[in-house]
Amino acid sequence: MQNFDFVKPSSVAEAVAALAKSGAQALSGGQTLTPTMKQRLATPDVLVSLTGIAELKGVKQNGGVLWVGAATPHVQVAKEAAAVFAGLAGLAGGIGDPAVRNRGTIGGSIANNDPAACYPSAVLGSGATVITNKRRIAADDYFTGMFSTALAEGEIVTAVEFPIPKRSAYAKFNQPASRFALTGVFVSQATDGSVRVAVTGASNNGVFRWKAAEAALTANFSASALVGLTVDATDMIGDLHGTAAYRANLVKVMTGRAVTSSR
Amino acid sequence: MAKDFGIGAEAKRTEDIRYLTGAGNYTHDVNVHGQAYAVFVRSNMAHARIKSVGAAAAEGMPGVLAVFTGEDFKDVGGNPAGWFIGSRDGSPMKEPKRPVLAHGKVRHVGDAYAAVIAQTYMEAKDAAQAVADASEFEELPAIIDMAQALADSSNRVHDEIADNQCFDWGWIEDNRAKVDAAIKAAPHVTTLELVNNRLIPNAMEPRASIGEFNPGTGDYKLTTTSQNPHLTRLLVAAFVLGIPENKLQVVAPDVGGGFGSKIYHYGEEALVLAAAKKLKKPVKWVAERSESFLSDAHGRDHVTKIELACEKDGTFIAFRTETMANVGAYLSNFSTVTPTFLHGTLMAGPYKVPNVYVNVKTVFTNTAPVDAYRGAGRPEATYSLERVVDQMCRELGLDPFEVRRKNFITTDMFPYTTPAGLAYDVGNYHATLDKAMELADVAGFEARRKAAAAKGKLRGLGLSTWIEACGIAPSNLVGILGARVGLYDAATVRVNPTGNVSVMVGAHSHGQSHETVFAQIISDMFGIPMSSVDIVHGDTAKIPFGMGSYGSRSLAVCGQAMANAADKVIAKGKKIAAHMLEATEAEIVFSDGVFAVSGTNRSKTFGEIAFSAYVPHNYPLATLEPGLEETAFYDPANFTYPAGTYLCEVEVDAETGKVDVCNFTCADDFGNVINPMVVRGQVHGGVVQGIGQALLEHGVYDENGQLLSGSYMDYTMPRADDVPFVTVDHSCITPCSHNKLGVKGCGEAGAIGSPPAVVNAVLDALNRGGHKIAHIDMPLTPSRVWSAMNA
Ligand SMILES: Cc1cc2nc3c(=O)[nH]c(=O)nc-3n(C[C@H](O)[C@H](O)[C@H](O)COP(=O)(O)OP(=O)(O)OC[C@H]3O[C@@H](n4cnc5c(N)ncnc54)[C@H](O)[C@@H]3O)c2cc1C
Repeated sequence: MQNFDFVKPSSVAEAVAALAKSGAQALSGGQTLTPTMKQRLATPDVLVSLTGIAELKGVKQNGGVLWVGAATPHVQVAKEAAAVFAGLAGLAGGIGDPAVRNRGTIGGSIANNDPAACYPSAVLGSGATVITNKRRIAADDYFTGMFSTALAEGEIVTAVEFPIPKRSAYAKFNQPASRFALTGVFVSQATDGSVRVAVTGASNNGVFRWKAAEAALTANFSASALVGLTVDATDMIGDLHGTAAYRANLVKVMTGRAVTSSR
Repeated sequence: MAKDFGIGAEAKRTEDIRYLTGAGNYTHDVNVHGQAYAVFVRSNMAHARIKSVGAAAAEGMPGVLAVFTGEDFKDVGGNPAGWFIGSRDGSPMKEPKRPVLAHGKVRHVGDAYAAVIAQTYMEAKDAAQAVADASEFEELPAIIDMAQALADSSNRVHDEIADNQCFDWGWIEDNRAKVDAAIKAAPHVTTLELVNNRLIPNAMEPRASIGEFNPGTGDYKLTTTSQNPHLTRLLVAAFVLGIPENKLQVVAPDVGGGFGSKIYHYGEEALVLAAAKKLKKPVKWVAERSESFLSDAHGRDHVTKIELACEKDGTFIAFRTETMANVGAYLSNFSTVTPTFLHGTLMAGPYKVPNVYVNVKTVFTNTAPVDAYRGAGRPEATYSLERVVDQMCRELGLDPFEVRRKNFITTDMFPYTTPAGLAYDVGNYHATLDKAMELADVAGFEARRKAAAAKGKLRGLGLSTWIEACGIAPSNLVGILGARVGLYDAATVRVNPTGNVSVMVGAHSHGQSHETVFAQIISDMFGIPMSSVDIVHGDTAKIPFGMGSYGSRSLAVCGQAMANAADKVIAKGKKIAAHMLEATEAEIVFSDGVFAVSGTNRSKTFGEIAFSAYVPHNYPLATLEPGLEETAFYDPANFTYPAGTYLCEVEVDAETGKVDVCNFTCADDFGNVINPMVVRGQVHGGVVQGIGQALLEHGVYDENGQLLSGSYMDYTMPRADDVPFVTVDHSCITPCSHNKLGVKGCGEAGAIGSPPAVVNAVLDALNRGGHKIAHIDMPLTPSRVWSAMNA
């Protein structure tokens, strides 16, 4: 790690101003950024901590919408979303280990958009809206490929608004070493019956929607609706933990399991 | 003696208090006044010619004191291989020099070619980066695949070794033709090709070293993470730097796990000493975790073809293997013996097979050196044997339990000399097999399998009947085989004037519980409380001598040396008692801490004798020396042969290929057991490592020689939820016949016996589930299992 300055603003406006300086970078839970800095792969001059900003924290229900502040740690989402949004709470409760869940945040996760991270599938798989200091971005427009998002330089995520689905679940198959998702599938059925299926961990292009499954499940919300479907392995990740064909298989298996366990 | 602290007691570990309260003293806890910090500059290419080292780039950077390169060490000695192994054609093994810092070429990712010493760690790190950035290389094609390395002379890890082969070893070469003929004539031959996956040791504490030099006396001190401080002293002093041994003290304080990787001397140790001398300043180095991945000696990495020839009823006729063993870029200290004498000699297993022949080619590649890792050669032998036996049973439709029973050496056959050259002294393999089957409720397996099938899971049962050669090792024998060292051990038992005891032992404890177990033995022998016994180890200035801890040798070799020294103390105590009690030595009996004149009530306690030894006011000095301290060196007459049966039950998720280990049962014969709790702990740890090898762990290099599994993001260490509750039994005992303690050693068994049990269980599950699969290579990751099921 190299030396850096540290600021801890208490409002979004102050944070945005601090981030405008050259070499400044946002620090949320630090569960991705600090390891990267230790390896000297990131060498920011100034870290702008977001965790002291009250307006970036919390889980709030507003009618049919669940608002989650960007700097809310996973452990809090796991607890506070459980009653209304089981799929999201279950996903948050299955990230990493207790230390990671106590520090890591939803904002950091979706800003980073690791192709094996869990949260992007919930955001995309429930049709959520990402709110930044500048605008509202629909999930379908937000994730633009591995480690890539629609965020502009210096733009920060302030919250995510999830439409609360009728039922949902996240089924994750662990990468054995890191226990990120080797393949994770988020399935939600909205109050109007429409279904979204978002897959993380599997594709070279990052999180994606499996539209054929969405159509089949919208017609018949049951694992048996998937039987005839196949998943194309062409764009799937192949690495020492799993071949592309294996991941394609997992997409289908985990989608079925998510459907079966959804509530 | 009440069994709360003597031999056989489940005494709580005395060392746990300091380990668990953060009061341990590891090398990184040691800080010497005025110390500077070393950071190594390591190659990020697998194979390259060094055009220039950018040492100048570090000069003048803040805090920088010195930069060392390979050039600085080109005239000192290399770090040698501890065993000489000859090739089948009579030619000697190839021994390229292993320098302190790479010179001329870098040969694996992580190969250190320079070191920066600076006032602070961060300054050293910054300067090391500058040196790396300014260094120039001519990249060469990486040599990674062993078969290709042997076939292609145009590309060489060491320019002077044309075929990248260290040696081509045959065991026993004279039997080759006979074994070939037996296989040719056999009614059935089963052949398997296996990979014994490369493992990365991952001790909890990374390697670390501190070098000190005293300009006043010319004395050096090395504080380092070592399993064997005397061996390290010998290597760094006599072989590498040419420091007189009496001028170098090596201290290995608390060490946080070794598993073999801290047996060896590494260049970093020589560097900190040389730097300390040059700068007249203590120099400290602590590896980062990613350095450990790249530069600790790795384990295993064999590719083997094994053939089992047998009668149609499963009676074994012959085992024949052909193995390529990866030694990596340089020969680490035990890298030549691990794939040979620690592997080939075990290739008869616990079986009365008449023919065995083993061929091993060791291959240089552009990867980290490979050396002994918990089990060292014996896991590779056990895996090959137990896998091929299982596959033979499947091919011939035979019961794997019955086939083992039929082929086991029986108790009336000991001592038994195998065709692989070892003389097993005692054993009872049927007993451990029966015990394991009872404990694992093999009879109830079918019901469990049906219940699993109802949940959509494939359940399987796997068996491994293993044997190892431990208590390393009889020097006479290993000398003939090629060892360049002796493998005795030593201990001094010092009774202090007030009757407490300091025991200086050559074995090093880095998790093995010697401080408890060795104290139990002394406590039992002297009839004094364990709390009166202190086990001192890990410092060449304090202990008489010692070859350290590995090869499940601590108790069977050093423990016996200690017991012999304690016997000498008792003998001396009898002399003193005879003098004090005005009796003859022959009349004195010693038991439960009391020296008594036989048949009388005249006696002296152990404490009274000790005090008298140091306050010898009326001693007949011509015949009785003051003092009560004895040293013994003990060299074993033979290896010890722990053996046992491991049973594993797994369930395979047919949709994902994920394997769950449901239960694991061990019935081991370790000879006499000093502390059952410690033995269970050793077996638990070994089994977890074995499950790790079978299902999870894999050191993988890509074709360019980059380590793909170079962090915990990709190298899968077993975690608590990967392993079941492990049932351990050691009630089946045949005491070792050639050491007085009757002990055999238990440190490696778990890692030796378990991988084939796990893999056999998975294949059993798959085959019972209708998938005709002969073999899947370790680690049996979900993807590999699923791919085999869907091939
Ligand atoms: C051991 C371990 C296991 C893990 N397991 C999992 C897992 O199973 N599944 C999973 O999904 N994740 C896992 N993670 C990652 C974890 O969820 C992290 O919390 C997450 O990736 C990043 O969140 P953070 O709050 O720590 O972000 P930080 O590390 O602080 O930041 C990450 C990046 O996002 C930027 N950033 C942070 N906040 C914002 C913001 N509000 N707006 C714009 N940019 C921002 C930072 O500048 C940085 O570039 C694991 C991490 C560890 C260390």
